Amino acid sequence: MTILGLIIVLSTGALLIYATVDFPAWADPASPASLHLSPHFIERTMEETSVPNIVTAVLADYRGYDTMYETTVIFSAGVACFILLRILLREEPGESLYRHVLTGVTIRVKEGAKIPPSADFERIDTLWAPHDLIIKTMCRLLIPFIQLFALYVIAHGHHSPGGGFQGGVILGASIILLAISHDLRTSVQRMREKVDALLSATGVFIYAGTGALCLLLGLNFLDYSALASVLHVDPVTARSHGILIVEIGVGIAVMATMIWIYSNVSSTGKYDEGL
Amino acid sequence: MGDLIEIVVAKYNYWIYITLMMIGLYAMIVKNNLVKKIVGMNIFQTAIILYYVSTGAKRGATIPILEHGHDGHAHVIHAADYINPLPHVLMLTAIVVSVATLGVALALAIRIYHRYNTLEEDEILAQIREK
Amino acid sequence: MSQQYPALLVIVPLLSAFMISGAGWVNKRLCFPIAVAALGVAAYSCIGLLLRVLDEGVIVYKLGGWDPPVGIAYYVDHLNGLVLAVVSVVAFLNLIACKKSIEQEFPEKTGPFYTLYVLMVTGLLGIVVTGDAFNLYVLLEIAALTGYGLLAMGEERAPLAALNYLYMGTIGACFYLLGVGYLYIVTGSLNMVDIAHILPDLYQSKAVLAAFIICMVGVWLKMAFFPLHAWLPNAYTYAPSAASSLIAPLVTKVMIYVMIRLILTVFTPEFAFNVLAVSKPIVWLAVIAIVMGAILALAERNLKKMLTYVIVAEVGYMVGGAWLGNRAGMTGAILHIVNDALMTLCVFLVVGNIVYKLKGYAFEDLKGLVRKMPFTMGAFVIGALSIIGVPPTCGFFSKWYLISGAIQAGQYAFMVALLFSSLVNVVLFFRVIEICYYEPFSEDHGHGHDHHPEPMAEAPLTMLVPLFIVAAGLVLVGIYTGDIVNKIIEFAIPKGIV
Repeated sequence: MTILGLIIVLSTGALLIYATVDFPAWADPASPASLHLSPHFIERTMEETSVPNIVTAVLADYRGYDTMYETTVIFSAGVACFILLRILLREEPGESLYRHVLTGVTIRVKEGAKIPPSADFERIDTLWAPHDLIIKTMCRLLIPFIQLFALYVIAHGHHSPGGGFQGGVILGASIILLAISHDLRTSVQRMREKVDALLSATGVFIYAGTGALCLLLGLNFLDYSALASVLHVDPVTARSHGILIVEIGVGIAVMATMIWIYSNVSSTGKYDEGL
Repeated sequence: MGDLIEIVVAKYNYWIYITLMMIGLYAMIVKNNLVKKIVGMNIFQTAIILYYVSTGAKRGATIPILEHGHDGHAHVIHAADYINPLPHVLMLTAIVVSVATLGVALALAIRIYHRYNTLEEDEILAQIREK
Repeated sequence: MSQQYPALLVIVPLLSAFMISGAGWVNKRLCFPIAVAALGVAAYSCIGLLLRVLDEGVIVYKLGGWDPPVGIAYYVDHLNGLVLAVVSVVAFLNLIACKKSIEQEFPEKTGPFYTLYVLMVTGLLGIVVTGDAFNLYVLLEIAALTGYGLLAMGEERAPLAALNYLYMGTIGACFYLLGVGYLYIVTGSLNMVDIAHILPDLYQSKAVLAAFIICMVGVWLKMAFFPLHAWLPNAYTYAPSAASSLIAPLVTKVMIYVMIRLILTVFTPEFAFNVLAVSKPIVWLAVIAIVMGAILALAERNLKKMLTYVIVAEVGYMVGGAWLGNRAGMTGAILHIVNDALMTLCVFLVVGNIVYKLKGYAFEDLKGLVRKMPFTMGAFVIGALSIIGVPPTCGFFSKWYLISGAIQAGQYAFMVALLFSSLVNVVLFFRVIEICYYEPFSEDHGHGHDHHPEPMAEAPLTMLVPLFIVAAGLVLVGIYTGDIVNKIIEFAIPKGIV
């Protein structure tokens, strides 16, 4: 197997390197890639879409169709992880373990009996490990600021590097930080599984729905200038607003899917303890 | 000799990326452990992303975000002042696709581990043959 | 609304996939009706689009309102339209036929399963209709990821088989992406028609040669062309029957369409056949693929695995036919895309029915099946005759075109391989039919010499009616082959090919 792998890798590498003889030099301003399509994007973005960040304009408007499918890819990965790992029909274990917070005593409660919910008793698993107070408190303090920054990244995608994907991942990371610093049960309480799954479908639905709305208003799919009549602005500004709407949809979808994939993979579908 | 140095200086970035791609491909074909194959897949995809981004570079140009965006259109925009935005857009998509594939691959590896209790491919095949 | 058919045929399934995902959490019984409605609208749009193409010629649809090559555009011509119609109809019939088996195999996860199903169909339809090389990569990955999820839901060995499919499929898609990158760096464009305009000046460029080879190898990995087929038998055999009867007829054929699109539109036939001199070696590879597929199928004692090796041989037919370089061969390859999708759907639906009633598909489980499931076995006989190539079923006509193309191109080895494969298929299928017809169903109830005829335990009606439609379709498509070839395929192939 090693020899076969070496032969394949060396021959493929040789073919690829041989082909670079005909490439333009690195960072050549006169390469075909720089002369053919990109001057249109660089010079005409401001007048056609009024969005200064050319990458966002190309991503969400000129090639917005690709981006819609990219969001669908991440959504389908979330659904695939769910369908592969999630164990839905699980019997509750016969006995449950509780810990008295003040003294640290572990109480095993047999089937049938229950402890009334109160702050003195903490439900634990057989896999439970005590969490550090410092980590818990610091993360709890930081998470709102992380989320605020994520919203800034989404909203400022027009003027600075950023956009839906980047902001969505940061939002997802804030909830995953909650899961890592506390435990998975806490983050599932904050963002329930059903809400998470529905949000992830809703995010991509916003994107595709905006495009379908443009189709229903008479123009082609994902032609945001059709929104000019709905938003009461001129077509160029309508494109800028359309880009913002789809970026919000992308942000919601990416956030929800990141949390969904993390919850499924880290708890291998059982949603009990996590990492 | 000067010719050769010229070629190397002009193209060495492509050669580095191709070497990275081949390292990733080698790991995917040869390694026995399923997770090492997943890591090789990630290296392969990342090297392709680096290759694409390097096609958009331009000497002496800045990032493709227009400054002074909204106050007056007095500034004439020259295409040679900004790097090519298209490969960056394409690679945003490729990064997301690579993350999605990584997620599904890890989910499959977890399923396999639950069933066979090992991640080494030869041990799994031995267990299957015993059945 | 007919102006918007090119968009509708991907948008309606896409939006409904999200609705199905939501419905799966709220009210499970809504999932199936939404899916059927979505795929029905998609099939209607595809057929409507094909009829429009027959009237008007090539249809260009600009997404986002931007002119190509600045934006992404669809180019729908006769080749596209035909494959779109086939893919959407096959997916629709399969969905209806598989409802009961999905509910039997995973009752608590029907919502996500239908979501992945509809997303996979969206991905396949998008691959066929798009005119932009990078958009094709993204849609390829949608079809691939949903495929891995669907295929891994099967029995014990399914996750390992799906993981091996993931490795090889990702290498294939990354090779394709690398090829598009090589084309981009020397042409500067991603639009297929635009690349074809710029390329003739660059025929001697080594980068274009490398791009072609890398793209081809990537597409061959994804269509399971021998010797890159190792993932296919395991992945399709251990999958749930609803997933295998969706993926087996469609994914390899759509990848063959991608290969033909790359040959005909992006790298024009001038480059592929004349400038490069690789046609003969590739036809030889196809010959080996057909022979090995046939031999490996003979060695199997398991009905589903035998059928997957038949798929490997069929891929060899189509690759060889496309690379013969003449009009008859290309016609045979395109006609075989249509025929093979229908034939594979027919036999895999039969296997689905058998698994639904018997839970097993090794040869020992099939004894005396004719008395228990006569209608299913009747459809199986029609499917078998079509794979063997008996007139008037459609399989005969595509083989006829392939053989005449082989004779015209002087590739007699390919013709011999086709005939050899037909003979082997006769042995394979009649062996199965003999087990089902003639060997008595071994009953071990104690009264050994009291052979009551087994009561008919046929599959439910929702599984039988689509099967009959497909089996009838095999004969109808065969009878109407002349119309299909003269009105559609004739215009799909550029004038330059003789």
